[in-house]
Amino acid sequence: MADEDANRRGRADAVNLLQIEGLSKRFGGVVAVDDCSLSVPQGAITGLIGPNGSGKTTVFNLVTGFLPCDQGRLTFKSKPIDGLSPDRIYALGIGRTFQLARIFPRLTAIENMLVPMRRQGLRSLFSRADWSHERDRAMEMLEFLEIAHVAGTLGGALSYGQRKLLELGAVLMSEPELMLLDEPAGGVNPALLERIGDRIRKLNARGITFLLVEHNIGFVMNLCTEVVVLHRGRAIASGRPDAVRQDPAVLDAYLGA
Amino acid sequence: MTALLEMAGVRAGYGGGDVLLGVDLRVEEGSLTCIVGPNGAGKSTVLRVISGLLKPVAGTVSFRGESIAGRSPRAILARGIVQVPQERSLFPTMTVWENVRLGGYSVRDRRLVEQRLEAASRTFPIVAERRHERAASLSGGQQKIVEFARAMMLDPALLILDEPSMGLDPKTRSLVFDTIRDMNRAGRTLLLVEQNARSGLGIASHGVVMESGRVRLEGGGPEVLNNPEIGRLYLGATA
Repeated sequence: MADEDANRRGRADAVNLLQIEGLSKRFGGVVAVDDCSLSVPQGAITGLIGPNGSGKTTVFNLVTGFLPCDQGRLTFKSKPIDGLSPDRIYALGIGRTFQLARIFPRLTAIENMLVPMRRQGLRSLFSRADWSHERDRAMEMLEFLEIAHVAGTLGGALSYGQRKLLELGAVLMSEPELMLLDEPAGGVNPALLERIGDRIRKLNARGITFLLVEHNIGFVMNLCTEVVVLHRGRAIASGRPDAVRQDPAVLDAYLGA
Repeated sequence: MTALLEMAGVRAGYGGGDVLLGVDLRVEEGSLTCIVGPNGAGKSTVLRVISGLLKPVAGTVSFRGESIAGRSPRAILARGIVQVPQERSLFPTMTVWENVRLGGYSVRDRRLVEQRLEAASRTFPIVAERRHERAASLSGGQQKIVEFARAMMLDPALLILDEPSMGLDPKTRSLVFDTIRDMNRAGRTLLLVEQNARSGLGIASHGVVMESGRVRLEGGGPEVLNNPEIGRLYLGATA
């Protein structure tokens, strides 16, 4: 009981890393995101679920600047980010993966990992040719994801699952504070699914906050600390997985009107 | 009694492990059977197996008591199993009438083709009303109904509809579902896969809920819809 109280207080105090307020986006006559508000607490693994067409991926595209929003406010670490370009948002510490892994097919896995690294300050001036430090970091990450054995393989020759892991690893090389994952479990076999879930948990323990869109409800309910349900472009429920699961409005949304 | 279509213990997949993990399914003659289930449950894969687009690795699929598992799509079509795909499939620059007529492409008897065209235009008023217009000028729901009309040109023994409500607004959706129910009432056996469980199960004589590659729940359509178990299947078990 005391634990639960402490927990609740902890939650109330939790800083929202990302805050979405009154977000809207139309495509012609279709309202994809409709006055949507939700927040991503720092340190959480937040799952964004909802029936097909509920606006999940559009929310990702708005948060990452891939699409301009019609209305609403996006705040990351208490600073507005709406209207910024995708590269600026990325540089502020929001990384994302895609439903279909986007990697460079003609670069090797390790080269893919080096592309997103930011080199700053004097180091980048004086050690242009020396990438050994970055290479070591990239290899560590490949090992962590258990794909170090394909470090020298061209991206295009990797399996579907390896591409997914490589994309995740490459984005992590930029050391984002917030990772947006678009269907990390999509098209993935059960063994790999378990590995992906486990790695997300470990990365979360190292301090990375996650927001993920996912159709595999079992995966979400097991992994996520918070769940937000979208329906017709709006957040209709949010909270702990078990509470959300028992919300009749959520089942209604899934069964269709 | 033998079902029109019967699947037993069907396992199938695409190389990365099986998607169907032992599916048992019966489609009775004259029924409107509706399969629902969360994303990734295997609904579309079941249809691919029935149509011969995917060969099962185990189990049996029989139609009128005869095995059809692993037969070519053409051979399965010849037995009277016709499928309307999920995506829009009319030829956009051809007229409505030309599109429907094409449905009878494999019918040799030209008189029969004309007869069925006439029947289709009576059953689906839109076909007669918009016969000279290009298919692309019709709304999504109207196009879907013309696709039904086109499929009926083969006088199918089993008509399979894959997610007919996809991308339709609620009003058009109810028009499409009314049309589906009317086809069934006129005696057609229908197998429907539907994302909108409420609409699909609402008109189904037999409802089937799939989850993780298996049939988890079945019964009368509305009865399945009101079974609390469906919530568990869509949203996972409570811990």
